[in-house]
Amino acid sequence: MDQLQRLQAGDLAHLAPELTLVISAIVLTILDLVLPKRTDRNALGWLSLAGIVISAAFVAAQLNSDKPVQLLNQSYRIDDYASLLKLVFLTGTGLITLMSIGTLEKEGVRHGGELIYLLLPATLGAMMMASSGDLITLFVGLELLSITSYVMVGMRKSSVRSGEGAFKYAVLGGVSSAILLYGMSFLYGMTGTTNIGQMSVVLMQNLETYHALIYVSFFLLFAGFAFKIAAAPFHTWAPDAYQGAPTPIAAFLAVVSKAAGFAILFRVIYSVFFGVGDARMPLHTDAFAAIAVLAAAAMIAGNAMALRQKNMKRLLAYSGVANAGYLLVPIANQFMTSPVHFSIFSEFIFYLIAYLFMNIGAFAVLMIVNRASGHDELSGYAGLYYRAPWTAVAMSVIVLSLAGLPVTGGFFGKLFILFGTLQAQTYWLAAIMIVTSVISYYYYFAVIRQMFMRTNFEGSEIKTPVPLGVAVWICTAATVLLGLFPNAVVAYINSIFSLAADFMIRQ
Amino acid sequence: MLANLPILSLIAFSPLLGVILLLFIPKDQGRWIKAAAIAATLVPLLLSVWLYTDFNNRTGDMQYVEQMPWIHIPLNQEAEGLRQFESFFFQFNYSMAVDGISLPLVFLTALITTMAALAAVHVKKRWKTFYMLLLLLETGMFGVFMAQDLFLFFVFFEITLVPMFFLIGIWGYLDKEKAANKFLIYNGLGSAVMLIAFLILVSTAGFSTAQSGGQASLFYSGDIKVIAHNLFSPDSYTNTKPSEFVQNPFYLSPGMKWALFAMLLVAFGVKLPIFPFHTWMLKVHTEAHPSVVMIHSGILLKMGAYGLIRFGVLLFPAEAKQWAFPLAVLGVVNILYGALLAFRQTEFKLVLAYSSISHMGIVLLGIAALNEAGMTGAVFQMVSHGLISALLFLLVGSLYERTQTTMLDRLGGLAKTVPFMCGILLVAGMASLGLPGLSGFISEFLAFAGLFGVMPAAAAVGALGIIFAAVYVLRAVMKISYGPMPEHWSGMRDARFVEAAPMITLVAFILLLGVYPSVLGQPLQQTIDVLFQNITTKMGG
Repeated sequence: MDQLQRLQAGDLAHLAPELTLVISAIVLTILDLVLPKRTDRNALGWLSLAGIVISAAFVAAQLNSDKPVQLLNQSYRIDDYASLLKLVFLTGTGLITLMSIGTLEKEGVRHGGELIYLLLPATLGAMMMASSGDLITLFVGLELLSITSYVMVGMRKSSVRSGEGAFKYAVLGGVSSAILLYGMSFLYGMTGTTNIGQMSVVLMQNLETYHALIYVSFFLLFAGFAFKIAAAPFHTWAPDAYQGAPTPIAAFLAVVSKAAGFAILFRVIYSVFFGVGDARMPLHTDAFAAIAVLAAAAMIAGNAMALRQKNMKRLLAYSGVANAGYLLVPIANQFMTSPVHFSIFSEFIFYLIAYLFMNIGAFAVLMIVNRASGHDELSGYAGLYYRAPWTAVAMSVIVLSLAGLPVTGGFFGKLFILFGTLQAQTYWLAAIMIVTSVISYYYYFAVIRQMFMRTNFEGSEIKTPVPLGVAVWICTAATVLLGLFPNAVVAYINSIFSLAADFMIRQ
Repeated sequence: MLANLPILSLIAFSPLLGVILLLFIPKDQGRWIKAAAIAATLVPLLLSVWLYTDFNNRTGDMQYVEQMPWIHIPLNQEAEGLRQFESFFFQFNYSMAVDGISLPLVFLTALITTMAALAAVHVKKRWKTFYMLLLLLETGMFGVFMAQDLFLFFVFFEITLVPMFFLIGIWGYLDKEKAANKFLIYNGLGSAVMLIAFLILVSTAGFSTAQSGGQASLFYSGDIKVIAHNLFSPDSYTNTKPSEFVQNPFYLSPGMKWALFAMLLVAFGVKLPIFPFHTWMLKVHTEAHPSVVMIHSGILLKMGAYGLIRFGVLLFPAEAKQWAFPLAVLGVVNILYGALLAFRQTEFKLVLAYSSISHMGIVLLGIAALNEAGMTGAVFQMVSHGLISALLFLLVGSLYERTQTTMLDRLGGLAKTVPFMCGILLVAGMASLGLPGLSGFISEFLAFAGLFGVMPAAAAVGALGIIFAAVYVLRAVMKISYGPMPEHWSGMRDARFVEAAPMITLVAFILLLGVYPSVLGQPLQQTIDVLFQNITTKMGG
């Protein structure tokens, strides 16, 4: 490494998706400022959606490049790993924007425009995280996402819960960032670089010297990431933040923010620590054990806590904890050496996509119910079948997918992960995964029970705003299609993606 | 004649057409909904009659095979050893076929679903949803008996779970929601164990290589044929020790095979149900609507026995042999436990539930015998018990409609007012206790005959169950039909035509099976012969 390469004007083309979001965010901010007070802010939502779609189109154009593009001396990487995750983020934010259009007033958000344009920098942060090849870039992206999220959680200004949720989230988020930074400082101290790609080589050379410090940095980083993905025992902020936040923002935290956390966790853990260690210092097996234990803890704690919830947002928060556990399973598995099992990324991203649709769908239905009943309690779903039969059917599909029953995306996603786990012969993790899934039937079917077996005599027919309804049906349709034809998605990902070239940064 | 038609798919998915048809009938057209739904169940019934007559009895192979790839997932090939191969993937097929074991169960499913649809005239609310779920359930059940791929089997098995949950939970009696939950959790756990066993099988015995055009590919398959081939061929990866082949991750040690058999036993044992896992089914029997119980007791329980035969015994014959004695003990426990508790019950539905446990024990005994007579007996018993228990719950539904109770001490003397129904009840009871000339006799006889050859002691103890059966069945039937009758029941109407038709049909089949068992024995015989030729060579050691 001799001289820092400069960013050329031509390189900006590689940043088109990110720049589109920046420009949209600026335009929307100014528009929101200058538009007269009484103008309908829905137009902002549609504009924002247009920006997201254009950005996604740019990302799609970058897919399947011959060689990963690296900017600013490896600190920013545009490879298929990053692009696929960016598509997940943008789809998520797009759906969330769609469901926010015309519904924010009732959610208790007085200035809907703010929420709409704050979603964009948050997504930008997530995209930077997915693309980062350097700890500094990574941290900047992370903070961009986090700080905008803190603001968005507190956006229901008249609600005490919203303030409480935002405060808890900000404090705990700050602590987790500090832990993460601390871990990063150890890495920097040991390797003398912040570049993720160069670290593992240096670590390998100095195994003897840094023995314990490598473990310290691994666990600190891992704990910091675990907070972002809300895996037990680092999940305590999630239920409060979700409950306080406006529903679209809860969905954002549950899907986009969590996916961004996974993006960096997966990349950093693999690029830095995979292959580091020897017989005397078995970091390999220890890392596997740590990730697997965390996955098991998240699955057990998330599903067990969800059993007792009566509030739908808290229930979805705990279900999100459990899902973080399922998503950690493929990440753990690769640390087990099996001569034939290398499809972890397909397993991970497929379940992430399925999770995206079923979770946003669940939150969108929650918004419909909330609009009718005025609260987020489970009892609001009572008799939904009589009041909005099609919404009840859509919710049933989504819930079945969350529970992992065929034929849905959630089912195939779990099956694929489970199959990988058994190929890696990690039987105990597979057993925990499937038993906790069955336990989850209990609370997921509680929703179905409310919708179909209870009656609500006060309720009349429920009217759904069109964009919200469209969001619900996109999610439902995607969930079913992912279950019926999973090959299309997995085959495409497998055809463009390479673990060595797109995922691990090594120099 | 049928060879050119995808007859199995037609049977399996024709109920779904009914579902779509029902979608377009307005909710308040009760009459039309019922008529359409019953017509929709007649389609697969007629098709399966056709299938039954067309079935070739002279071969033991799978017939009417339909196969096409469904899920074909490429797997990452970046590892050193995998690059040289053309492709590496896992594949699940949509693959349906029937042999002599599944054919009778397919017919049974079609028949009992139609009968249940007729019996559902007593359903009081939300007919449209009820029938749609019933038809969806029927598709799932057909699929279970036809699927030839582990994944497909599992999907159909799970598909039955959801409609059943709704059917119990919405249309049942007082404690229906609890029953639905119990059903869901128990069966969910059973399915979970099954899924793990299946996936272990796919990731070891399902692993194969294929040559196409000079290039080799590796794949995992869920196809039963592929898995059976790998399990039984001595030079497959599955049977190559890791010491002989670098780190072979596909090796199934004898211990692992033993564990897989045990897992399958638990998975299907929940459904069957085997003794300690039976509590959920008591709840379902008492709380669900009788027409739902007809399907539950008549078919769903058989799925457990079928799975145990198809995957447990046929894929792991050697392990089944090791397990034969425990299986026989479990069977005897089921028989005696069910019979003794049936005798103590004061609620008619519980008598029937415990009698189901007792009768399913006989299926277990037949399987444990691991010989042709026993296996034939087991399949006979599955069909026969399916018919009998469906008939009994049909009667329960009709009686409850008139008396509003199923408590034995409040029933009595009904033979005076409803002689026809009591007559049918007596026939059903006689069939249940195994009276010669009715279907129960021949199946119990075969199952015990099979077991006497190998485990005379277990068979002798188990046979006591037949005596107990006479006691508890007669006790219940007598109590209902004779004795003093409460005054206000005197004007009660006997069975209407729509109730009588399914009763007569079921009695006819029970009689047919009793006096002319070859109707079932013929398709069954070749299949079981062939299977046992294979099994005995494989069980060898």
